[in-house]
Amino acid sequence: MKLTRYWALFLFLCIGLFASDAAAAEHVTDSGTTAWMLTATTLVLLMVPGLAMFYGGLVRTKNVLGTMMHSFAAMVVIGVLWPTIGYSLSFGEGLLGGFIGWNPDYVLLRGIDDAITDAGIPEYVFAMFQGKFAIIAPALIAGAIAERVSFRGYVLFIALWSVFIYSPICHWVWAEDGFLFNMGPAGAIDFAGGTVVHISSGISALVAALYLGARRGYPRNVMHPNNLVMTLIGAGLLWVGWFGFNAGSAVASDLDTARALTATQIAAASGAFAWIIIEAMLYNKATSLGMVSGIISGLVAITPAAGVVQPGGAIIIGAVSALVCFLAIQLKNRLGYDDSLDAFGIHGVGGIVGALVLVFFIRESWMSEAVIAAGGSWTVWQQLGIQAAAVLVTVVYAGVVTLLLLFITEKTVGFRLGEAGEMSGMDHSLHGEHGYGLINPN
Amino acid sequence: MKLITAIIQEDRLDNVREALIQADITRISVSRISGHGRQEDIEIYRGRRIAPNLLPKIKIEIAVNEAFVDPAIDAIIASARHGEGQIGDGKIFVTPLEECVRIRTKERGCSAI
Repeated sequence: MKLTRYWALFLFLCIGLFASDAAAAEHVTDSGTTAWMLTATTLVLLMVPGLAMFYGGLVRTKNVLGTMMHSFAAMVVIGVLWPTIGYSLSFGEGLLGGFIGWNPDYVLLRGIDDAITDAGIPEYVFAMFQGKFAIIAPALIAGAIAERVSFRGYVLFIALWSVFIYSPICHWVWAEDGFLFNMGPAGAIDFAGGTVVHISSGISALVAALYLGARRGYPRNVMHPNNLVMTLIGAGLLWVGWFGFNAGSAVASDLDTARALTATQIAAASGAFAWIIIEAMLYNKATSLGMVSGIISGLVAITPAAGVVQPGGAIIIGAVSALVCFLAIQLKNRLGYDDSLDAFGIHGVGGIVGALVLVFFIRESWMSEAVIAAGGSWTVWQQLGIQAAAVLVTVVYAGVVTLLLLFITEKTVGFRLGEAGEMSGMDHSLHGEHGYGLINPN
Repeated sequence: MKLITAIIQEDRLDNVREALIQADITRISVSRISGHGRQEDIEIYRGRRIAPNLLPKIKIEIAVNEAFVDPAIDAIIASARHGEGQIGDGKIFVTPLEECVRIRTKERGCSAI
């Protein structure tokens, strides 16, 4: 009985595959843009193993593999989900009053086999580039719930999160008929995913950390990172990959790309610089973990802003983000909730800082275009209102729906790991492996 | 004075540490070691059975005064066993300890432990 159902599904998919209509290629491929977008796609994918190393080094030895698996699982699960329905849900035409997208032609990417976009790149490249963002967003959440979740619960959660949170927000912000894309004369500014990726995952991370509760023994017991060397390598890969993330988001290979790349580089350095200055003043020591935290906080904050700010603004945005993220983590320590690897403290807070502070550093040409589009007058304060609205919508929607998804996950397959499994470590209890086997004599 | 050396499985380390702390034994040394006793680790790689191997284990060393020997042993046994006890749960060795010196104060003997 079950077998026949699978066969029916298989046949249905086959028919669908062959029935896809060949849309005539209207545009010509621009080889320069295509080459850069392929590179950018690759760079963004590189961020995921980078994140695995970043997070993997920060947990205790017994959880290193389980934590790295969280990033890799996102690559695998969303890697299947995105071409199947994710791209359609995010970039199809608006459905349910623009709540989410849907285009049956995009299911399994059937309809884009011959498509070349307006930017002169094959739509496959655009779909894959966007797919990398869909992969890294849920992987970021894993930092807040590290060391204490079951693998099956995590897999179910990120799949649900991708469908019910990432795709709608992505549609609102980036699809041409999304309501945040069209808010105000020139839209809410989210160049490369400050709201879509960082605020949504950061807020979800906070909600998940509060819902699941602290790790056993936190904060009484000290939980040292097992390998900061690996964390530093991971942070380096994230910085490199972020050029694809931000400069690729121009979906071009021109002046906008160069501007985004420059702002990204500067904000990362400025964030790290500010963080080590803060640490030097407070503790008389600059730490490696502080430096990489500053890098990430700067990169997160410049993500929404990279397309509209100039180098001076990028320096200030990076530094302000580092300061606010630092304070947010101090506050977390005071409040005692267990956002284990500071997914909210860096990505949520840094994303919000970037989305709001950017309005004060928008380049004049952008503002004058907005003024014309608005029909005479448009001020930074009005744009700040638009930005705040986009942040608020993202925070409320991601927060509420995450709570719902956590409840569903916990009640069906179970999310929080049992006490015995948590004590013996995820590597042993969930995966039956251990991370550093090479240091044994054989 | 006795030196208690316990060989346990990696996944029970946190349990054993907590049990020892409950028994008021807080000064311990822990190291990662490899070895094997009777526990067999036959794994199958591509259809071939691979013979027993060196397994990762944890070694805990505790220097204690006489009164703490039995509480320490009881705590380790209770916390290191898997269920009702399985092959590979480990061993405890107790050896006499001749002298103990605290480097900072040069104290010797029982008070230095």
